[in-house]
Amino acid sequence: MNSSRAKISRVYPFSVVDGPGARLAIFLQGCQFRCAICHNPHTQGICDDCGLCVPACPRGALRLESGRMEFRADLCDHCDACLRACPIDANPMAQDMSVDDLLALMRRYRPFLEGVTVSGGEPTMQLKFLAWVGQGMRETPELQGLTLFVDSNGHLPESGWRALAPHFDAAMIDVKALDPALHRRLTGFDNARPLASARWLKWAGKLYELRAPLIPGVTDTDAALDALAGFVRELGADQRLRLNAFQRHGVKGEAANWPAMTRERLEAAAARLRGQGLENVATPSVYLG
Amino acid sequence: MSTETQLRAIVENPALSAAQKARRLALAAENLLAYPELDAETQAALDARVICDMYEGAAPYRPRYLLPDFSVVLKRGSEFLELPAPQTFDEALHTLQIAYHHTPSITGMPVYIGRLDELLAPFCNDVSDGELRAKLKLFWRYVDRVLPDAFLHANIGPTDNRVARAILEVDAELQQIAPNLTLLYDPATTGDALLEMAIGNIAACNKPHIANHSIHAATFDARGYGIVSCYNALPLAGGSATLTRINLRKVAEGSRDEADFFATQLPRAIDLNFRLTEARVNYLFERSGFFESFLVEEGWVDKDRFTAMFGVFAMAEAVEALQAKASRAGRYGHDERANALGLRISEALAGAVEARPVKHLWRGRAMLHAQAGLSDDKGLTPGLRIRYGDEPDPVTHVLALARQHKFYPSGVSEILTLDETVRANPQALTQLCKGALASGFREFTANVAGADLVRVTGYMIRLSDVKKFNEGLGSRANTTGLGAEAADLTGILERRPRVIPHEFVSREN
Repeated sequence: MNSSRAKISRVYPFSVVDGPGARLAIFLQGCQFRCAICHNPHTQGICDDCGLCVPACPRGALRLESGRMEFRADLCDHCDACLRACPIDANPMAQDMSVDDLLALMRRYRPFLEGVTVSGGEPTMQLKFLAWVGQGMRETPELQGLTLFVDSNGHLPESGWRALAPHFDAAMIDVKALDPALHRRLTGFDNARPLASARWLKWAGKLYELRAPLIPGVTDTDAALDALAGFVRELGADQRLRLNAFQRHGVKGEAANWPAMTRERLEAAAARLRGQGLENVATPSVYLG
Repeated sequence: MSTETQLRAIVENPALSAAQKARRLALAAENLLAYPELDAETQAALDARVICDMYEGAAPYRPRYLLPDFSVVLKRGSEFLELPAPQTFDEALHTLQIAYHHTPSITGMPVYIGRLDELLAPFCNDVSDGELRAKLKLFWRYVDRVLPDAFLHANIGPTDNRVARAILEVDAELQQIAPNLTLLYDPATTGDALLEMAIGNIAACNKPHIANHSIHAATFDARGYGIVSCYNALPLAGGSATLTRINLRKVAEGSRDEADFFATQLPRAIDLNFRLTEARVNYLFERSGFFESFLVEEGWVDKDRFTAMFGVFAMAEAVEALQAKASRAGRYGHDERANALGLRISEALAGAVEARPVKHLWRGRAMLHAQAGLSDDKGLTPGLRIRYGDEPDPVTHVLALARQHKFYPSGVSEILTLDETVRANPQALTQLCKGALASGFREFTANVAGADLVRVTGYMIRLSDVKKFNEGLGSRANTTGLGAEAADLTGILERRPRVIPHEFVSREN
């Protein structure tokens, strides 16, 4: 029995893009970063029950009850009007769920799964909850064989990773830029911690994938690519690196006017990285141009 | 339109080939005959299309689906066709090619060309893998060009063997509409390697279908079964005399409420559909002369191994109509209570079909079938499927319907539409297939979206819509633009993976 709770933005039972095989993807609400290129900005904030989204909902699925937001999933048709009305990039549809709730979902979906990926938002902001989830999975006989992956911005300090280490299998870490100034511009934060996280996870044998968003003229310059290649080589030339093509769908603010990444341009960047000795560069199967 | 005008229009239609004209003329001629006698009540229900005969024709003179046991002609040859028993791989393929021309069905072409790996295995010993592929490629091309009908179905499996592998290779390379292909899969005997190869093919060309062999094998008998046409499971060396179906939407709409539906209207529709079935079955068995053919004499088929498929469709609309009458909002495929109502309807249907003996049929019974549609079923969802465009994620989709599958022994199918990101992760598709079959799906069909539709971190979006969106970026900032976008996005969500069912046919087929 574990009733520790977390804010869950969304659960998707058949994810094919959040790690190897078929995975249950659990998107936790809340992120420290405010990335210009975030295409799920509604996962960043935590709802403060302001109620501004209530009149925006055409289906009456949202209401304020004694000062608290209440969401009725059965009435929602996922039009996302509430997300556009939210002034703080939160998600009134996010649900409070307990560790036991998630374990029950995993049991339900077990025949379809090879693993579970916690993503976000930034899942490590609810670190203790993640640890409980991992421990719960290990202690549940029907869930043996499932792996737990963490998809993170890497801002968690090493002490946090150490604490979480017994409870998860591997992580995907974002490397948004090697240049600290550019990283600050893109995310609002320095990149020392993400890079340290990647190094520590590599050392611990838990780094499944590095993820680099390629933004035309911003993170795909020769200098940026060469710095990226250098960092990956330092971890190991066979380290898996996934290149994500920047696209504007869902993006708010300044970056919504940036050009989207094309297949040609991304393939050229991949070729440059491979030319510098990287052995495991994954490219997107789909481009939104 | 007078008969003369109607026939003349077929003859002079420049869009039809001579063979297509001949086929339509034959159907028109058949329909000049009196229909097998129906009582007035059954006739009225047929005219109102509450029940439906699939426009099979007025005088059934061959079974709808024929599943010949081709091992008979491969082992013994055929006296009637003056064919010796084949000795070599080439002779075996040649014998099959001839045999296919003598095994009719409702389409005028065969719907079943055999469990090919099992049939051909005895002839393969001296054939190298390269020769096997080369010869099968010609055979495959022959089938597609001479018998160009997507209902024509080949089976392979459940064992992993070199003929099955060669067929999968050839099928992925040629990507033809015919033959359609089903892998009979049994976790105990097929093994992961062959399944993964088949899944690779699905990612490339949406073929083959994967049949749940252990469930089908337990439904049929030692003589076996085959998967034909659109996911129909039928006795081997037999088939189905006819396929009739109930429009569940019309039955639900004609009911006062749920209680009236279950107590009166559904049982009445079932009874009427049985009467229609019996009239057609009796004509085929007692009047048509079909069973005096060499196919029966030589043992290709057995007169006692034909069932009748008792079809239903528009379950989604029926559940919606009953939900509306009860003032409940939950949608079929999404809401537990709506799904439970569907399950209860299936249970009632299965009980009624099992309870009623029918003369001439295999085991004396018709077999319940989730019928997959005709091309003019506008606004009606095939079988038990969730309304197109309203499907949840594939796992929720499977779990919503899996419990119903056990009630449909002669076939039921869902099409799981997946966005193309799955092409980069075939392992996930394999797991989805295993999960679906383990959950009770009788058959697994996946449709990997071509290019337009993708899921991005949880949403389905259309690339073409995004393109339009991006082009109109300048107006995005103002509220009018946002309102339009909201409507647009809602539209996008209502247009989730669009499926063009392969089984959609014209009335003439």
